[in-house]
Amino acid sequence: MTLHIENVTKKFGSFTAVDQVSFEIPEHQIFGLLGANGAGKTTTFRMMIGLLNPTSGRITWNNNPLTTRDSQLIGYLPEERGLYPSLKVSDQLLYLGRLKGMKKSEIIPEIKKWLERFKVPEYENKKVEELSKGNQQKIQFIAAVLHKPKILILDEPFSGLDPVNVEMLKEAVIELKKNGTTIVFSSHRMEHVEELCEHLCILHKGNPVVHGSLKDVKRSFGKKNVTVYADFDLRFLKDVSGVVGYKEVTEGVRLQVESEDIAGRIFDMLQGKGFVRKFDLEEPSLNDIFIEKVGASYV
Amino acid sequence: MYKLWIVMAHTYKSRLRTKAFIITTIVSLLLIVGLTNMQTIVGLFDEEEVHKVAVIDASDRFFEPLKQQVDASSDEIEMVKVTESESLTEEKVQEGEYDALLVLEENSEGLPSGLFKAESVSDAGWMNKIESSLQQTKVMIATQNLGVDPAELSNLYAPVSFETEALKENAKTEEELNQARSIVYVLLFVIYFAVIFYGSMIATEVATEKSSRVMEILISSVSPVKQMFGKIFGIALLGLTQFALLFTAGFISMKYAPKPETPASIDSFTDFIAIDQLPVSTMIYAVVFFFLGFLLYATLLAMLGSLVNKVEEANQVITPVILIIVVAFMIAMSGLGNPDATFVTITSYIPFFTPMIMFLRAGMLNIPIWEVMIGILILVATIGIFAMIAAQVYRGGVLMYGNATSLKSLKKALIFAKR
Repeated sequence: MTLHIENVTKKFGSFTAVDQVSFEIPEHQIFGLLGANGAGKTTTFRMMIGLLNPTSGRITWNNNPLTTRDSQLIGYLPEERGLYPSLKVSDQLLYLGRLKGMKKSEIIPEIKKWLERFKVPEYENKKVEELSKGNQQKIQFIAAVLHKPKILILDEPFSGLDPVNVEMLKEAVIELKKNGTTIVFSSHRMEHVEELCEHLCILHKGNPVVHGSLKDVKRSFGKKNVTVYADFDLRFLKDVSGVVGYKEVTEGVRLQVESEDIAGRIFDMLQGKGFVRKFDLEEPSLNDIFIEKVGASYV
Repeated sequence: MYKLWIVMAHTYKSRLRTKAFIITTIVSLLLIVGLTNMQTIVGLFDEEEVHKVAVIDASDRFFEPLKQQVDASSDEIEMVKVTESESLTEEKVQEGEYDALLVLEENSEGLPSGLFKAESVSDAGWMNKIESSLQQTKVMIATQNLGVDPAELSNLYAPVSFETEALKENAKTEEELNQARSIVYVLLFVIYFAVIFYGSMIATEVATEKSSRVMEILISSVSPVKQMFGKIFGIALLGLTQFALLFTAGFISMKYAPKPETPASIDSFTDFIAIDQLPVSTMIYAVVFFFLGFLLYATLLAMLGSLVNKVEEANQVITPVILIIVVAFMIAMSGLGNPDATFVTITSYIPFFTPMIMFLRAGMLNIPIWEVMIGILILVATIGIFAMIAAQVYRGGVLMYGNATSLKSLKKALIFAKR
């Protein structure tokens, strides 16, 4: 039960939205598809849904191509809220559930279960437009998972939510994953991606620039972060060879170094200069990788 | 197919429950019941009023024949002979004892002339009756003076016999034609309003789904084509429901409306479309052409609705289509008076105009059935072609966001849909 994206290219006229993208997502996995706005994420999602056909390449699930007929396999949470503003929550979910091939008698208990779970059972008979943005997002999430999809596509699921609700939704995502749902996830919040995804792919202008498991991506990136808090002037570190990033923070500096060896050299250089309150060698954050790969112009 | 049903049922049910639909239906129902009972309602307010006219007849020769004439022509007027002076009677008119004063005088040839005095002389109806009665009285007296026998006189005044007969086989008689004209007239109006009303409902519905972005969810569940046709059929069903309600109400109300005691005058609505004589074929044509016309325009409007992002923009893009419907209606209206004009015959085969104009011809003339069938076939073929194009545009259009009010966007949508 693997979702395969093989050499997928999508062109609109002369514009190439997605160029030679390949990845695979095994079951029980959360896959992060990252990229700046307009990088081709939504187009890739739409091809997965079967709404757009790739210009070349294949998208398969269990070696079978995905088409609109497989719509009950897929749950989709779009980036923007997509609900009928003047329809009651229960009617809304009932309609969307039935379109996914569920029976009315199956849907009602599911709706109740999810509303309870998100601690909003009182919204069942409210109109969507009466709800806050965050609560609408919960309804949107329920609409995506109501029919127990095998593949769940979450485009920016946590935007507009407060920290408590983010946790609530995250738990739900993790539980779905444990129950065997394959999840494709896109977010601009790198800490969420780091927390949830095992594998990821960063798209830049339709091209995959980084691809692999989170660990491999970090390891192969090579560069590490060094944080130094000290009582004395640290400006001399800027000119040390192997230091590629230098940023002053309130209590000291934050450096990006090419390898762990450079970190060792810096450690030696600090000796005897005074009191060092903090010396910290960190793995690069996904944020650093993203900025480096996609360009500092973004974020 | 199953999903098409769900979309259709959903569209139908959610629209049926809207306040706008309920209110328009109730208002139309009231209107229909009101129209069909117009005479009773008018009768309630317009109580039979008897106009009392004081007549001063110095010669004493004219009053009796005039009174006979007036009584024969109307029972609303009561002629009273008075012997008081003119000024005194005038006062009485002003006090309201009489409604008017008529002073009859004899001229040199022994014929009557009248002077009519009333508080206001604007209510022409009964005043004219008195005038024509006086005219007849004058003619009668004049002819009597000439020595003509009254029996011969009545022959002279009897209306001439003038009958029309159409020589073409199956052609409708003048009476039938008038009957058909009024029915077709009403039904044309119904088709016209329904196509515009429900057609723009479709465009708005699509635009609403797009602007609320619920479209993105829907297209991940149902193919855009099924979605579009589910919606079109849902709205069509809604329209048919409303019609069924209105027609039933109209029918019942006409059947059981209290009949006025006096024989109905020609211009009453109930006579205008005598429901009992309504030809079944005309009704069937009306339903068929409403449905086909709706399908044709609805596919076009759904396509256009899929191009815009906001509900407000929907009105802008559907205007050209609405204009075509208006043109069709205008041609149909002008064709009512002259249904077998070449112009009407030709336009009845142009698919955009067929729903109204072919219906007009089918309803008013006895055209051979194959002509109607050809019109329907061309129409159905056009609907098929437009449905295919619309489905393509819709597929692309629903995913397209951005300024979309030009032909360019239509092309863009088609490129987008090329999957």
